[in-house]
Amino acid sequence: MITEIIIYIMLAAGVFFNMLAGVGLLRFPDVYTRLHAGTKCTTFGSIFIIGALILLGLKALFLEGNTDSSILVIHSGVALAAILLTNPTGAHALARAAYKSGVKPVGAVVDDLEKKPKKVKTVNVEKEIDKKLSKKEAKK
Amino acid sequence: MIDFPEFLFDALLVVLVLLFLTVVMAIIRIVKGPTAPDRVVGLDTINTIIIVSMVVFGVIAKSIIYIDVAIVYAFLSFISTLFIAKYLEGGEF
Repeated sequence: MITEIIIYIMLAAGVFFNMLAGVGLLRFPDVYTRLHAGTKCTTFGSIFIIGALILLGLKALFLEGNTDSSILVIHSGVALAAILLTNPTGAHALARAAYKSGVKPVGAVVDDLEKKPKKVKTVNVEKEIDKKLSKKEAKK
Repeated sequence: MIDFPEFLFDALLVVLVLLFLTVVMAIIRIVKGPTAPDRVVGLDTINTIIIVSMVVFGVIAKSIIYIDVAIVYAFLSFISTLFIAKYLEGGEF
């Protein structure tokens, strides 16, 4: 009984976070903030929804002795691992591509990636002295 | 496979309907989106939600094959996202 309540709570939380991702995609002003909403919220919601299904399979496996449901547990776990591995990596690549294709953040004051560090002129002292000496010798 | 109670079946159907509502929101962003990276972000979100709803539908339909398809879909969508990002970034592959 208590496992069913936990399953319902986890399903509700997962759907809530996934719908937050949709609302964030519609409401945010910028590529980077939309990426923030659309990737992190879906990852967090997917953990809850697939976790609820894994809990359902574990309950059928251990409490009711249904050995077929172990397939559900393992395959859902692999699908969850695939989401957890690939989603942040894709978001990172997308943010990098968006910055390099020239999209600026809306309302950002400081852009650390914009300016390259100043080039300091280095002087080789011995070469300068040699040049002066050779000029003097040429005058003589 | 698993024989789960009837009310859990209804709850999973409600979950599917709400997930597809989220997909509709992302499609609106794809149609409206001012720049190309906006559209790719919407596509990435749709991919993740489709994976989750495939797993949920596999439990509803009581067949594991949908979950296997979801695993393969996850990796293929990841590769497609990486290539689109590389294309937006410009330069050599």
